[in-house]
Amino acid sequence: MDNTGDGITGSASGKEAGSTLARIPDHLAPWWKRALLNWESMLLLVAATIFMINSFASPYFLDPWNLSDATFNFTEKAMIAFAMALLIISGEIDLSVASIIALVSTAMGFAAQLGVGIPGLVFVAMCVGLLCGAFNGFLVTIMGLPSIVVTIGTMSLFRGISYIVLGDQAYTEYPADLSYFGQGYVWWVISFELVLFLVTALIFGILLHKTRFGRTVTMIGNNPTGALYSGIRVKRVKFILFLLTGVMSAVAAICLTSRLGSTRPSIAFGWELEIVTIVVLGGVNILGGSGTIPGVVIAAFVLGMVTFGFGLLNVPGIMMSIFVGLLLILVIALPRIWARLASG
Amino acid sequence: MKILFKLCTAALVSVAIAGTAQAQDKRIALVVKALGIGFFEAAAKGGEEAAAEIGGVEVIYTGPTDTTAEGQIEVINSLIAQKVDAIAVSANDQDALVPTLKKAMQRGIKVISWDSGVAPDGRMLHLNPSSNALIGNMIIKLAADHLPDGGDVAVLSASATATNQNIWIEEMGKVQDQYKGINVVATVYGDDLADKSYREAEGLMKTHADLKAIIAPSTVAIVAASQAVSDAGKTGEINVTGLGLPSEMAGHIESGASKSFAIWNPIDLGYSAVMLANSLIDGAEAGPGAELDMGRMGTLTLDDNSEGAMSDPFVYDESNIDDFKDIF
Repeated sequence: MDNTGDGITGSASGKEAGSTLARIPDHLAPWWKRALLNWESMLLLVAATIFMINSFASPYFLDPWNLSDATFNFTEKAMIAFAMALLIISGEIDLSVASIIALVSTAMGFAAQLGVGIPGLVFVAMCVGLLCGAFNGFLVTIMGLPSIVVTIGTMSLFRGISYIVLGDQAYTEYPADLSYFGQGYVWWVISFELVLFLVTALIFGILLHKTRFGRTVTMIGNNPTGALYSGIRVKRVKFILFLLTGVMSAVAAICLTSRLGSTRPSIAFGWELEIVTIVVLGGVNILGGSGTIPGVVIAAFVLGMVTFGFGLLNVPGIMMSIFVGLLLILVIALPRIWARLASG
Repeated sequence: MKILFKLCTAALVSVAIAGTAQAQDKRIALVVKALGIGFFEAAAKGGEEAAAEIGGVEVIYTGPTDTTAEGQIEVINSLIAQKVDAIAVSANDQDALVPTLKKAMQRGIKVISWDSGVAPDGRMLHLNPSSNALIGNMIIKLAADHLPDGGDVAVLSASATATNQNIWIEEMGKVQDQYKGINVVATVYGDDLADKSYREAEGLMKTHADLKAIIAPSTVAIVAASQAVSDAGKTGEINVTGLGLPSEMAGHIESGASKSFAIWNPIDLGYSAVMLANSLIDGAEAGPGAELDMGRMGTLTLDDNSEGAMSDPFVYDESNIDDFKDIF
């Protein structure tokens, strides 16, 4: 049972191969055409448009401090989205990320109560994040269970533990200096979180696009069986990806806990869907096999700018949800419609 | 591009119009736990009433889609960015909002919390709809009002560990002596579950033959008890009262299972919040012992935590239930 967990990917790509004849072009389109027509360029155009509309629509938009505040709407989510992107490219998914944040934050709060210092708190957070990731990875790769089912389960499990520990209480006693992670500024309006976001984007970009590991991830997503018979240790790669996701959730949890200055079991509730939204909007194929980190970065900016722009105009949040929902459907539907038109 | 151009022009025009209208207005943001909740919509109505009374005030009614602290922080960040004059918030989390609200205060925005409070560091004052003492007194008074000759009453609460309910029942105990002839014979717990509350109410009726009233200081328990009383055919014999929501209680007021009940009036609450925010913008100082103007609701006196109680819970009966049942 080596291909468990890849059932979705396998069958879908199989269907595509069966219904449409794969056409292998004898030459590539000119470089400028490829550069203009790819997903990232489209997204960049959308981002620029939203930026323009926002700056026209609200006199408060083009203020450095306001823009800086706006980045907090997405930096933490986006950091998890990078790891999630790799996981989705490999054909798996982790829906427990927001619950890992809750559990990590609860563990940090518990440790802080015992008088643990900041390095200790970061260590505790990383360990809990790793453990959660390892648990997911164990169930998916070694037990051979489908990741969507496993992580729906651990989504309840991890947050459930937080609820048992905290109930309706909250941890609020954190060392004062911890606030730097979520509220500190490196230089002028450039927040620590923004820097961390850019650094992790760079790391994940290099990891996915410039290393052998990254190639392996894409290959597994495209054809897990093929990858296995090419001598790639599919399970090990996937296990590492779950660990990475756990660690990035812990990093996000440190930032969020620091930004809120408190922990409640409902912390980051519902974030998993927003994170998957960023990944999919970023052009990562939800069935696995393709996607880029720059795409995810731009998607994070797009969603952050839209949220902030709507907020400045005091548009009710539900309009925002409708907008994001439509955007997502459009994003998933467009390439298929495009492909159908092109082939028909 | 044509469409984009049109969009931009439309946006520009609307900003120009909005800009002139906003020019000298004071802007007070009423931030609620989540949009689409009747209680808060009613509070917004009260806020508008206050704004109209003061004049030159624009109320921005806003909030997240879900009742999360993170959602409220996003909303508050955008309000800080708009440089509103005051933020009045009903918080989803009393601690998590503190850093953001502190930032708002640093940038010269007046911050108050109402309904659901924020820790003292994150606001200038907190407006409670009522006080525990006033609620404790009100729930027994409601029962006593309809029992001129006294009689046995029982309490049907939420869970035995529910902090609010326990405090109210304790406060009720303190003033019990003022209501002659009223005997509290039992306190039972329905755990805020409709079916369990219903069974507990049935149990009360069976064990206490002379029961004249059930006091339910929980919105779940009061509905369940009313239902149990009418199902047992004891309407008119046993009066159910306590704290309830007009929308859920309208039928039971009509049938007579409940003669009256109380809850805070969200319209008054929104009205007072905007009035208080306006007082602060006009230079009033908040702090322990301060007295602030709330327009038609009188003055708010702040305690050592800079908290104050608006008024007695508002009593709903057949005379006014129709006006409120569609609101919340």
